Amino acid sequence: MTGQPQLQDARRAAEQAARASYGRVLSVLAAREHDISAAEDALSEALLAALRVWPETGVPSNPEGWLVTTARNRRKNDARAQIVRRAAEPDLIRQFDISNDDGPVGDDRLGLMFVCAHPAIDPAARAPLVLQTVLGIDAATIARAFLVEPAAMSQRLVRAKARIRDAGLRFAVPAPDEMPGRLGAVLDAIYAAFGQGWDSLDTPDAPEALTGEAIWLARLVAEQMPEEPEPKGLLALMLYCSARHRARRDPDGRFVPLDRQDAGLWDRTQIFEAEGLLTTAARAGRFGRYQCEAAIQSVHIQRPITGHLNLDALRALYDLLVSQSDSIGARIGRAVVLAELGQVDQALHELVALPAERVKRHPPWWVAHSRVASLAGQTSVAAASLSVAISLTEDTAVRTFLLERRQSLKSG
Amino acid sequence: MQFMLILNETADDFARRNDPAQAGDYWGGWTAFIGAMAQAGIIVKGDGLQGPHAATTLRIRDGRRMVEDGPFADTKEQLGGYFVIDVGDLDAALDWAAKAPSAVTASVEVRPVLPPMPAPGQ
Repeated sequence: MTGQPQLQDARRAAEQAARASYGRVLSVLAAREHDISAAEDALSEALLAALRVWPETGVPSNPEGWLVTTARNRRKNDARAQIVRRAAEPDLIRQFDISNDDGPVGDDRLGLMFVCAHPAIDPAARAPLVLQTVLGIDAATIARAFLVEPAAMSQRLVRAKARIRDAGLRFAVPAPDEMPGRLGAVLDAIYAAFGQGWDSLDTPDAPEALTGEAIWLARLVAEQMPEEPEPKGLLALMLYCSARHRARRDPDGRFVPLDRQDAGLWDRTQIFEAEGLLTTAARAGRFGRYQCEAAIQSVHIQRPITGHLNLDALRALYDLLVSQSDSIGARIGRAVVLAELGQVDQALHELVALPAERVKRHPPWWVAHSRVASLAGQTSVAAASLSVAISLTEDTAVRTFLLERRQSLKSG
Repeated sequence: MQFMLILNETADDFARRNDPAQAGDYWGGWTAFIGAMAQAGIIVKGDGLQGPHAATTLRIRDGRRMVEDGPFADTKEQLGGYFVIDVGDLDAALDWAAKAPSAVTASVEVRPVLPPMPAPGQ
């Protein structure tokens, strides 16, 4: 009966190694041959071998080293002699177990992330690719989170990996002169993963949220590139959002907008960490999009402490954001702040100036337009815009909130 | 790893080749670019090509040979030359592509060269 617990231990050790070290082991394997798919195959074979061999030999002292050595050995075997492979496998594995696995395993996860978010890779494939290679999340889970058919997501990932191999992309952290653009793409991919999870966090049947994974990835980049301020900015931004997660719904599951949230429900640990990150990032003296967005969140977080929302600070930050990284979202945010500051005509003008094609199916634009119109005293316009927003909103709680707001517009 | 830099040019670029006022600048730019690649020792092979006016396109349809004057497609950019270079990876190839004079006026397509075909029977 001694075999059973040992088997359990070995299985648990293999599973733990798989979760904790997947990205690190894969990055080391892939960097050498510039072939992610082949590295994934070799690693999963090594993990299977671990399940077979570790119950016999005990868990090796350096499981990651064992996995790297075994995976590399499998690759060599594949190339060398496919016929003898099966027969010789257990001996080979044991042999490598004692001889070659004691060195520390390197870490090329950062290089792996840069190749996944390379400008030569389809932007829609970047975030899924980072999630799969660095965290080992399977294609079906990623597909659910990104609301894509599993087969389509698998195909997108396979195509991107083939492209990395065939087109000869570099597995490395880029040179300093290329860094600003390249790092931006890595951070954008991480933020895309966060955004996919965020929208569905409170929906009961929602796909598994990727917000935790995104925060983990940003932490990894921030730790490995301590001299760069933007990874800290992104991590701070996501922590601010995550800190307010519990306050976004009331006990009955109704949507609570930011300005009416109970600050007592905010996660103080996450807020303190975010504030600290933002301060450290600012010392680099290089402002960027994510620091700016995090600073906007920081202003909102100050409201319950100071008792009022610092609209002038928000205005200045949105101006900076538009100059740093112009986007529809930044323009909408700025217009609402302008309107709250009393510059209603200017706000309406800026909203209407946005490209209609881009905003006509974008609920935040309609909600913003409604708010600005209502501040301008145009109640029926405000109600009409809310109706469009409602028709475009699938989330039941948010829908109900917008319906109530429209009702109060009409009665007020 | 070998990459082909497919150097596309616009009609204006081709015209500059023979315009006495601009030919000096035009050819000087290419000479500098090719010289830098030669100095780095990365050129496997390469040539400039005569312009699309000198192109002839052939197709076989239903067993019949069809010959047309001009390039295979009438596009704003046309193949003006190519270089096969041997560098570490795509990123290095893109750095060289960015130095080509036609990167500013038209485009450079970068493609990995297929490894040699295995001999028959292997």
